[in-house]
Amino acid sequence: MADKVYDKQNPAFYALIVALVVMSVGPIVLMLMTSLKLNVDIMSDTASLFFMPTLRNYETALCDMLWYAPQHVEYCDPTFGRALMNSLTIAIISTALTLVIGCMAAYAIVRFRFMGRDTVSLTTLVMRMVPPAVLLVPVFGIWTFQFQIDGTKMGIILVYVAMNLPFVIWILQSFIIQVPIQLEEAARMDGAGPFQVFFLVVLPIIKPGLAAASIFTFRIAWNEFLLANALADRNSRTVPVTIVNSLTEYDIDWGVIMATGMLLAVPPIIFTFVASRQIITGMTAGAVKG
Amino acid sequence: MQMANVNRLTPYMFLAPAVVILVIALLYPIGYMIYASFLDWNPSQRIGEAEFVGLRNYINLLGDESFRESLSVTLKFAGIVVFLEMLVGVGLALLLDRNIRGMSALRTLFILPMMIAPIVVGLMWRYMYHPTVGIFNRTLKSLGFEPVPWLSDGSWAFTSVIIADVWQWTPFIFILSLAALQSLPQSALEASRIDGATGWQQIWHIKLPLMMPVLIVTCLLRLIDAFKVLEVVLVLTNGGPGLSTEILSLRISRTASEFRELGEAAAMSNYLLIVLLLLTLAMFFYNKVSEMRTARLRAAAEGDD
Repeated sequence: MADKVYDKQNPAFYALIVALVVMSVGPIVLMLMTSLKLNVDIMSDTASLFFMPTLRNYETALCDMLWYAPQHVEYCDPTFGRALMNSLTIAIISTALTLVIGCMAAYAIVRFRFMGRDTVSLTTLVMRMVPPAVLLVPVFGIWTFQFQIDGTKMGIILVYVAMNLPFVIWILQSFIIQVPIQLEEAARMDGAGPFQVFFLVVLPIIKPGLAAASIFTFRIAWNEFLLANALADRNSRTVPVTIVNSLTEYDIDWGVIMATGMLLAVPPIIFTFVASRQIITGMTAGAVKG
Repeated sequence: MQMANVNRLTPYMFLAPAVVILVIALLYPIGYMIYASFLDWNPSQRIGEAEFVGLRNYINLLGDESFRESLSVTLKFAGIVVFLEMLVGVGLALLLDRNIRGMSALRTLFILPMMIAPIVVGLMWRYMYHPTVGIFNRTLKSLGFEPVPWLSDGSWAFTSVIIADVWQWTPFIFILSLAALQSLPQSALEASRIDGATGWQQIWHIKLPLMMPVLIVTCLLRLIDAFKVLEVVLVLTNGGPGLSTEILSLRISRTASEFRELGEAAAMSNYLLIVLLLLTLAMFFYNKVSEMRTARLRAAAEGDD
């Protein structure tokens, strides 16, 4: 106990912590500040801490979704608003599908002892290793020529579900294993069918696992760029794709692009603050148990 | 009788959707890719029209100067990044493994960089590296130093990409090693303290060896992910200047979309997959071996009691 008290008194230690926090959060704060600046302020040489915050950049980005017409926008480009809706639809639907399907599969694997746990964790690992860049060529080829679902949201959702399933199955099975089997047997005694047991008994117990799994899935579907870029057409583009498309070599409109970046970053940031414990559990479980 | 049938079929019904999706959208594409790597194929052709060229793509790649260059960039990038992140992450975990207030808030702040989109990470670092309006060059200028060509000079660009990646992923290592530290058996630490071990001795002889299994797994996981990095580099430098930051996954996507050589891109993907597969198997077997060893040790310890 004595050394802990000593630690609390060491000012260098606190200085280190402050420095670390500034380093890890600083770039994000800088992006937020830039997104609230006019381009004049961004380009000016003077100190950048004092400026008039403005929402203009956000208005420019979201112009077709606002209930009023912002005065400074001469030409309203609907690309970003549409991309935001696409991103939301794709991320939410693929998360929901992945969770439902993954849950059922994890339950079957745990309760009915098909394959050993080794098979499951090895498959998960192998799938985790596959980089999206590797899927790029075949997915593009198959989606375009065989399934003919390129350029549709359905096509993008299908890849995301497949990409996330192994991890979700694996993390959920580690939660389902902890559900006492007696509980299920009792329910079965009372006349519940297998589906009722699953939906009414098992699912409510593994809620924390579901939370962790859904955050991870949503994050990947929301942030993914490469496959969305290859599969999407003009109408199904997601936010990361529009951001990269609007990056040109010269003359970048930093204010607006930072505002779009901020909008893309907001959902994950909210999740982090709401559910950091589940996220950390999911992350550590992934490494410690392989 | 019918009920028994339903029960026997249930597991398959629960498993079926997952199996169907994985087969259609993951296994089939991967098999397809392996087949495509033997073809001379461009995106306007159907795969059936592409010419079968055997191992030509693979052999061409081995002789291709720029492929070798980007392979070595990838290896260098992954090696340096993982080394730095392990060093800093584990170091910080050892330093911050104390009973302080607000540790969970701190951890929350630290995982932010990992949660936001790699595209956005690239975006904000590109802004900070900006030659005139970026914060780094502004600070350097106001302190009277020469501005640095962060992204426009080959070796600086490589360094800049590494810095951004270290910023994003060091917290991952930090959090995992902190978790490992906090689950160490207190009795061992207690015993060493009674025997008069100094802080350093404790770290070297007790904490690090006990953390080793988790550290190795963490290191391998991070290594696997370092080979998958793409978006940050794409936004920051798009592989340039020259080929100085063209990592393999970026090259795959450019070969497919700009040079329109799908067969060659597939062959390249296979090379990358082989490297990753080796890493993954190493990790899996390491896990197996260490599990067996702990089981044996536990059995031996119980035998002693």
